[in-house]
Amino acid sequence: MAYDKFTVLQSTAVPLPIENVDTDQIIPARFLKATERKGFGDNLFRDWRYNNDDTPKQDFVLNNPIYSGKILVGGKNFGSGSSREHAAWAIYDYGFRCVISSFFADIFKGNSLNIGILPVTVSEAFLDKIFKAIEADPKTELEVNLPEQKVTILATGESEGFDINGYKKHNLMNGFDDIDYLQDMKTEIAAFAEKSIY
Amino acid sequence: MSTNPTTLFDKVWDAHVVRKIEDGPDVLFIDRHFIHEVTSPVAFLGIENRGIGVMYPQRTFATADHNTPTINQHLPVADPLSAKQLAALSSNAEKYGISIWALGSPKNGIVHVVGPENGITQPGMTIVCGDSHTSTHGAFGSIAFGIGTSEVEMVLSSQCIMQPKPKKMRITVNGKLGKGVLPKDVALYIIAQITASGATGYFVEYAGEVFENMTMEGRMTVCNMSIESGARGGMIAPDETTFNYIKGREKAPKGEDWDKALAYWKTLKTDADAQFDSELSFNGADIEPQITYGTNPGLGTGITRKIPKASEVKDGEASYKKSLAYMDFREDENIIGKKIDYVFLGSCTNGRIEDFRAFASIVKGKKKADNITAWLVPGSHIVEAQIKEEGILDILTEAGFELRQPGCSACLAMNDDKIPAGKYAVSTSNRNFEGRQGPGARTLLASPYVAAAVAVTGVVTDPRELIEEEAAV
Repeated sequence: MAYDKFTVLQSTAVPLPIENVDTDQIIPARFLKATERKGFGDNLFRDWRYNNDDTPKQDFVLNNPIYSGKILVGGKNFGSGSSREHAAWAIYDYGFRCVISSFFADIFKGNSLNIGILPVTVSEAFLDKIFKAIEADPKTELEVNLPEQKVTILATGESEGFDINGYKKHNLMNGFDDIDYLQDMKTEIAAFAEKSIY
Repeated sequence: MSTNPTTLFDKVWDAHVVRKIEDGPDVLFIDRHFIHEVTSPVAFLGIENRGIGVMYPQRTFATADHNTPTINQHLPVADPLSAKQLAALSSNAEKYGISIWALGSPKNGIVHVVGPENGITQPGMTIVCGDSHTSTHGAFGSIAFGIGTSEVEMVLSSQCIMQPKPKKMRITVNGKLGKGVLPKDVALYIIAQITASGATGYFVEYAGEVFENMTMEGRMTVCNMSIESGARGGMIAPDETTFNYIKGREKAPKGEDWDKALAYWKTLKTDADAQFDSELSFNGADIEPQITYGTNPGLGTGITRKIPKASEVKDGEASYKKSLAYMDFREDENIIGKKIDYVFLGSCTNGRIEDFRAFASIVKGKKKADNITAWLVPGSHIVEAQIKEEGILDILTEAGFELRQPGCSACLAMNDDKIPAGKYAVSTSNRNFEGRQGPGARTLLASPYVAAAVAVTGVVTDPRELIEEEAAV
């Protein structure tokens, strides 16, 4: 599925300063029954966001109108647990294009990159600065610059670099995906498969 | 020949790299691909939309498990969305020539139970599935890990995925396990020591006497839980235990092919002096039966211990307090004696025959506690048949328990098997996340022995008090 190209994103951010946000919280299993990829944003953080009677929980950040934006900032070990790509779909479908944390679970990170969400890993100290900046002013803007691999708190000018491999960076900046790449390799793959003992 | 000492992980990984991308991931060839009804429909849709086919359908195996009912499987599935997913799996398998054990098939069951029990899983393979507990198959010395749906589409269409090579960790556990300590306790103990993110970024090899002495089913339980420490996967070098398990199973190599495969499998071990990025070791004698008290699998401890104070855990204080508040537990209180409402025996972690034998050994001659609702769910129809053949069903029935039909069931509560809000469940599954077993449900993870002890006493009980000396494993 094609996704929007990612180059420089300037946006306010939604803070979620909780550690170990697992993918069961991002999208509970009972919402994984679709056979198509649509509408997952409605159930993003469903059980943190809504009461059992479907009324919004007023103290959850997504229900607080002072916070908005295309960047989600989460605590350490974001996206742990189930491999469900639906978690990344829900985040994308809700309108986020970037998640910032000090530490991501491996599968979530891979899934995000595959569908056009940029996971940005920053130091714990810088993550804390971001949380504090948003706390001080919910309208504070962040700039996530993929070509320069740098995230900046615009109000203070403080910034930090982040890592991403060259292949994935190129893909995100151009909206390419791995499936296209692999389709072009099929002759090479078939030759490899010939030698397989299994 | 290279004299450079390498790890088991390197040997298997390097043998599957089709192309190395500079400043990028490796293109990794996948030997076996399992699919189920929840994470595959969108991948098939992607293939249709792109107009590309399935490259090697004979390398993919389908089973229905996540979303299947565990009673009355002969009736049509009542929930229309679940029924639609199951129908999509069957029609996609048929359309592309993929073999399938659909609901109702005698070979149907949880993907990580049916793969090994039918000999599909073999040493030295790369194995993936759109399910994080694919790490289970690492018990055979294969590289096995969970993938997302985009990657399911990649494997279907090209038999490859693109992965950066993870770092390597070795976890060694030597010594002898004490009475009443099962492989699940070893797994929960390790995760409690290193936290739920302690192995993130790594692929783990388990080594040492404790794993060498484990059965294949025990090794599967340990490797299954690798993901709960954040590891991409876990593996154990294949040995005679592994080869004896595989030999004669339906999809295992036969005759000359077996001899050839065996000769190769025997080379699959970490060389002396091979380097790991991280090495940890524990003493098996330090491990007592474990239980979790929080909302991630790293928040567990010995069953006789108290719930730690916030200052004693590695999670941040706010997250820890949120976790205890959800469980309605307090710092520094005993876990033993806590009243429990539900017991769940099953899942890809502990839904195999040895788990049912362990459970039955404790409940034999006793009665289910009145306050307990027990869901006993075999991992497959083959396990279910064994339970009946071995007389375990009679023991369970006599003690007041019923057996349900195979599936993932209350482990992730996608079907109707949901623990009600606020209720406590002692579960042999793998995750105690908020709402994992149903909205508002409170989960304590433990071994089949602990689950059995709770099932007959109604409260958290040290199973060692109920194990006869001669019955101890």
